[in-house]
Amino acid sequence: MVVFDRPKALSDVPLHYCPGCTHGIVHRLVAEAIDDLGVVDKTVGIAPVGCSVFAYNYFECDMIEAAHGRAPAVATGVKRTNPDTVVFTYQGDGDLAAIGTAETVHACARGENLTIIFINNCIYGMTGGQMAPTSMPGQVTTTSPYGRDRKIQGSPIRVCEMLSTLDGVAYAERVSVDCPKNVLHAKKAIKKAFQNQIDKKGLSIIEVLSTCPSNWGKSPIESLEWLRNEMMPYYPLGVYKDIDAKEEDK
Amino acid sequence: MNKVTFNVDRCKGCGLCVTVCPKKIISLSSTNLNQKGYHPAEITDMSKCIACAMCATMCPDTVIKVEKE
Ligand SMILES: Cc1ncc(C[n+]2csc(CCOP(=O)(O)OP(=O)(O)O)c2C)c(N)n1
Ligand code: SF4
Ligand code: SF4
Ligand code: SF4
Repeated sequence: MVVFDRPKALSDVPLHYCPGCTHGIVHRLVAEAIDDLGVVDKTVGIAPVGCSVFAYNYFECDMIEAAHGRAPAVATGVKRTNPDTVVFTYQGDGDLAAIGTAETVHACARGENLTIIFINNCIYGMTGGQMAPTSMPGQVTTTSPYGRDRKIQGSPIRVCEMLSTLDGVAYAERVSVDCPKNVLHAKKAIKKAFQNQIDKKGLSIIEVLSTCPSNWGKSPIESLEWLRNEMMPYYPLGVYKDIDAKEEDK
Repeated sequence: MNKVTFNVDRCKGCGLCVTVCPKKIISLSSTNLNQKGYHPAEITDMSKCIACAMCATMCPDTVIKVEKE
């Protein structure tokens, strides 16, 4: 009996990501969710600018490449004109929380019925390791060679916490892919974020704590440790908003 | 016997599968190189595998297929 095999919605091609980069795990989880829900024929993915710019080559659903940071705006257009589609964006922290902050915040404020998969790896990966709004205090990057200084560059943005204050957000959860248990949980959260859209609940965002071994200057295994030891205390895992949970509490 | 198969030429030798295997039966080959030039992951003793699929769960490149007897 096969207990684990490649999901069908994930194209059978090599990924271009660096060895041990957890972008690949998250791609697989998105594909598993699409398979589980049987929606590959009506799903439209919006790829960002960043290392996952080629995400359009990796999924068997329709894909569109958006300009840097504009994925939620493109997704809004697709979803509003084709309400029967299932639309997701896949965005890094430079894409979603720097150049695309306006698009992100306003898609959430409008309560667009979308699914956002947000990869927080504390850095701009594609362009060679510049500081992101999510880089950790003290983190050395090519644009913060002495470490991120909160007095000069401010504190990292906690995206889930910030967006969960907006009424249009139905579901916001931060997950991690640092170990098998957390990967399995991340899968559940991603699937729920897709299910919410099918059930017309509004915007769901899943923030995934992810690694960038190449630009962190660490091995893939050291990178998972850094994620656990440095990122997790500042970015606690958990559900920041869930309109379903609220109703149950009432 | 349980069976773990690797799509060898997709492996990037990152070692994530090696660290999570509870039976410690995965290692990076010290002799073989794959098409990409990485030392690919391989099983040292298949008879000890419990088909838990933890290796496959952590593999960023979906290299691994797991079958239970
Ligand atoms: C309009 C515009 N400005 C800047 C860039 C350069 N650029 C490409 S990717 C990127 C940041 C990517 O970082 P992130 O979104 O965190 O994704 P990652 O590569 O880490 O996955 C930037 C600034 C661009 N392509 N277009
Ligand atoms: S640069 Fe970083 S985020 Fe980009 S593929 Fe390599 S490890 Fe992954
Ligand atoms: S299935 Fe489990 S026991 Fe078997 S090789 Fe993979 S991690 Fe090890
Ligand atoms: S996790 Fe995947 S890519 Fe990494 S060494 Fe194991 S099989 Fe190879």
